Amino acid sequence: MLEGKTDVVEELTPNKSNTQWTKKDLLGIKDLSAEEIELVLDTAASLRQVSERSIKKVPTLRGRTVVNFFIEPSTRTRASFELAEKRLSADTLNFSGGSSSLVKGETLKDTAKTVEALQVDLIVIRHPSSGAPHRLSEYVKPGIINAGDGINEHPTQALLDMYTLREKKGRLKGLKVCFIGDILHSRVARSNIWGLTKMGAKVMVAGPKMLIPKEIEKMGVEVSYDVKKAVKDADAINLLRIQLERQNEPFFPSLREYARYYGLNSDVMKNAKEDALIMHPGPTNRGIELSSEVAESSGSVILEQVTNGLAVRMAVLYLLSMYKPENK
Amino acid sequence: MSILIKNAHAFDPRNNVDDILDVVIDRGKVKQIGKSLDVSCDETIDATGKYLLPGFVDLHVHFREPGDEYKETIKTGAMAALRGGIVGAVAMPNTSPATDSQAIVEFVLKRASEANFNIFPCGTLSKGRAGKDISEMSELKEAGCVAVSDDGSYLSNPLVARRAFEYASSLGLIVMSHAEIPQLTVGGVMNEGETSTRLGLKGSPDIAESMAVACDIELAKLTGAHIHICHISTKKALENLVRAREQGVHATCEVTPHHFALTDTRIKNYETNLKMNPPLRTDEDKLFMIEGLKKGYIDCIATDHAPHSEEEKDREFEKAPVGVIGLETSFPVTMTELYHKEKMSLDLILEKLSLNPTKMLGLLDFNEIKEGSKANFALVDLDEKWVVAEDLFYSKSRNSSFLGKEVQGNVVATVCNGKLYQWAKELVKE
Amino acid sequence: METEVIKKILDAEGMDRVITRISHEILEKSKGTENLVIVGIERGGAILAERFRKKISLIENVIIPKGSIDITLYRDDIGEVGTQPLMKGTHLEFDISGKKVVLVDDVLFTGRTVRSALDALVDFGRPQWVRLAVLLDRGHRELPIRADYVGKNIPTALEEEVVVHFEEKDAMDEVYVARKK
Repeated sequence: MLEGKTDVVEELTPNKSNTQWTKKDLLGIKDLSAEEIELVLDTAASLRQVSERSIKKVPTLRGRTVVNFFIEPSTRTRASFELAEKRLSADTLNFSGGSSSLVKGETLKDTAKTVEALQVDLIVIRHPSSGAPHRLSEYVKPGIINAGDGINEHPTQALLDMYTLREKKGRLKGLKVCFIGDILHSRVARSNIWGLTKMGAKVMVAGPKMLIPKEIEKMGVEVSYDVKKAVKDADAINLLRIQLERQNEPFFPSLREYARYYGLNSDVMKNAKEDALIMHPGPTNRGIELSSEVAESSGSVILEQVTNGLAVRMAVLYLLSMYKPENK
Repeated sequence: MSILIKNAHAFDPRNNVDDILDVVIDRGKVKQIGKSLDVSCDETIDATGKYLLPGFVDLHVHFREPGDEYKETIKTGAMAALRGGIVGAVAMPNTSPATDSQAIVEFVLKRASEANFNIFPCGTLSKGRAGKDISEMSELKEAGCVAVSDDGSYLSNPLVARRAFEYASSLGLIVMSHAEIPQLTVGGVMNEGETSTRLGLKGSPDIAESMAVACDIELAKLTGAHIHICHISTKKALENLVRAREQGVHATCEVTPHHFALTDTRIKNYETNLKMNPPLRTDEDKLFMIEGLKKGYIDCIATDHAPHSEEEKDREFEKAPVGVIGLETSFPVTMTELYHKEKMSLDLILEKLSLNPTKMLGLLDFNEIKEGSKANFALVDLDEKWVVAEDLFYSKSRNSSFLGKEVQGNVVATVCNGKLYQWAKELVKE
Repeated sequence: METEVIKKILDAEGMDRVITRISHEILEKSKGTENLVIVGIERGGAILAERFRKKISLIENVIIPKGSIDITLYRDDIGEVGTQPLMKGTHLEFDISGKKVVLVDDVLFTGRTVRSALDALVDFGRPQWVRLAVLLDRGHRELPIRADYVGKNIPTALEEEVVVHFEEKDAMDEVYVARKK
C-alpha cells in the first residue's frame, strides 16, 4: 500500500471520466462501453512517453508472466505485444502454432489448462476460430487478450486505429471513416465498426458485394460498392488487406480486377478530402489494395499506427493487470 | 406381465377416446379398457390427473451404434427415448459403417429388441452415403428398412438422385432428404444473417435448404417418390413444400423442437450446444415453423437427436461437431412452446408427435388406446414445471440446447411393448 | 467516505511560512541554484514543487527548471488498490544527469511512494544527488527513507488520515487530520 488508504484516494485522482477498468479479459470491442474505450486511449496516451525516453522500460509488470499464444501466424501483432510486455517489464512466454502441441491434436482446453498450470497472469491469444478467446476465458483464470480470432474481432487493432484517428483529428465523434476491401473476412473491420459506432463516428464499408457480410447495415454502417463514391467526405480511409490466403473460394474474378476497381490509388483519392487519413493494418499488398503513391502520401499514417499500437497494447496489458475480481 | 393404469385421462382421437379410464395391459397388448376396473395386475399405477397418450414416434434419431458407441448406444438412446415418451424411432443410417447393408440393419434391429425398443431403420440412399451409387434398397427393405436417406449430407448429383428416388418409390420406401446444397454452406457454422455478421462467424444462407427442397420436389414429381424433408427450418423451404403439396406431390416434412423454440440470436457467446445442422434460424423462420405446425404444413415433430461427447462439444464453435440431443426434451419443449405458449390443442400436438409419424410408417395397432392394440403409451403431466439439467439425462451425451431452461410438461411413465417404465424425479439409472 | 476533522495543522498562511522556510533551507544546503532542480511527485508534490520554484525565484531572482514525476508505473501494488489512478505522465524538461534534485511530496508516510519516485527518477538519468522535501511527516515508515526537509512532523494514528488541500485544485490551502466516522 502507498501512503495510507485515504492518502491514496487523495493523491491518485480518478481519471476524467471516472471510469474504472472492471474486466478480466479483452475479448472484443463489442463488450466495451464508450467510456472504457476512452480509458484505454487515455492510458495509451500516458504510456506512449515510455517509448520516447532513453530507458524505454518501466517496472510496472515486474514479476508478472504474459503468454503469447499464437495459434495463427502473426509477425506484426506478436512483435508489438511482445515489445509492449517487455516495456512493462513482464516476463513473456511464446507459444505458436508450429511449436504448440495443439497441432498434434491436443484440444484448446487441454493446452489452456497446461498454460494456466505454469502460473501465468495474462494470455494473449491469436486463433483462427472466431470465439476461441471466449472459450479460453471460460477455461482458465488468467486474463485473456484477444489478438485476433477468426473473422470476428481484433480489438487492439481497432483501439490503435481509434487512437491514431483521435490523435490526428482531435476527436472521434462525428468523424466519417471508410473501410475498403474484404469486410467479410476482416476482424479489423468488425472491431472498428463496434468501436467507432460506440464513439459516435460514422462508418462506411465498401468493396465488392461478395466480400460485404450480410445485413451489416444492421450494425449501423453504410454500405457502398463504389469506392470512388465511398471515399467522398471520409475523414479517414482504412484499407483492409485482401487476404490472399483466403482466396481458395472464388470471391472475385482476379487480383488484377480488384486492384483496378477497388484498389486505392491517386485517381480514387481525387474524390476524397484533401486531409483524409490513409490507414492500413498491414501488411500491405502494394499495387493491390493501395498504390505505393498513396501509401507514401502525406495523409498516410500507416507507420504511426504501428507506433501507436505499442502504446495501446501497453495500455491494455496495464489495465488488465489492474483487474481484481472485487473491482466488479 | 400385466399392468393396470388407473384413472388416467385416456386420449386417442383415432378411437374417439377422451375420458377418465382404467387400462389393463397384458403380455404387450391392451386387454381391457373401462371405468373403475377391478382387476388384479402385476403392476398398478395411479394415473389420476395424468393423460395417457399414444406413445410418440420420432422420425429422426441418431443412435450412433454401430461405430460411435462413446456418444450413444441403442440401449442408452432407447432409454432416453422412453424417458421422453417415445416408443419408436427411425434410426438414421449415418452410422459407422453406414447402414447400407442387411447386416447392419439386422444388427440395429437386434440391439433394439435387446433394449425393448422399436426401431424402424432407415437405410442409406447411396452406397456408403458417398453420393455416387444408389444403395441396395431391395435388400435394405427386406431387412426391415422403412426409408432411405443420406442424412448428414445431401445427394447433390441429380442423376444419382433421380435413380435413387425412382428405385425407392418403386419399393415403397420413403426418401428422407437432408435438404442442403452443400456448395452453399462450405465453411458455414450458423445461419447467415445479422447474427452471424455480429458474431464474426461464417454463415450458411437459408436458401441452401429451400433450393435443395425445390430440387427434391422436382425429382418427386418426376419419379412419384414420397419425399420427406427432414428437419425443415426455413420459411422459404416450407413455402416451397406447401406449393408442391398443393400440386399433389407426395411430400411431407418434420421440424425439430429446437427449430420452433429457438433462434440464432440465442448464440451469444459461441455456445456449441446451439450449433447444429440445419442451424438455428431467424425469428421469422421460427414463427413460420409454428404457423406451419398449426396449419398442417408440417406433419411431424422429430428430434434429430444427435449426441456428441463433452470433449467434442467443449471446444471452439467452428470446430465443434453439429448436433444436439433431443429425445428427453422433445415432449416438454413441445408442450412449453406450443401447448402452453401458443395454445395449440392437445389433438394437434398429438398428431405431430405420435399419430402422423405412426401413420407415415404404416404402423397398425401400434399405439392405439383400444383393446387388442400393442401397448405403447406415454403417461404425461401436461402442466408439471421442471428445469432441464444435465444429470437428468439417460442419454450418454449432454449436448442439449435446453440445459437450464424451465419447461412445462413431463412424461411420468412410458409403456413400451407392454413394459412399464416409471420416471422418478431424480434419475435412478439401472 | 464520511470523515470528521480532529485537528487542524496548517492554514494558508502557515503553509506559506513553511514553504518559505524550506526554500531557504534548500538554497542554503544546495549552496545556491546552480544545477538545482525541483521535481514534484504527482499530484500534491507537483503542486508543492511549483510553489517552491516560485518562492525560490522571489528569493534568488532565478527561475529554476521544473519537473514532475508520475509514479503510477513504478508502484509495487498494481492490482492491489481498489482505485485506479489516472496517469498524469512524467514531465522533465531537462536532462536529469548531473543535477541536484530536490524531490517534493506533500505527505511522507510509509515511504513507498518515495521509493517508487526514486526508481522512476533514475530511469531518466543519473542525478548528482537527490534530496527529499515534504510538507508533512506523519510517521509509520515501512522503508528506510527519511526526509531532508520537513515542514511539520505530526504524530498520527494509523487509522487517521492527513488531508492536504491546495488552492490549485481544492480552492483553498489547508492541512488537517481527520478520522473516519
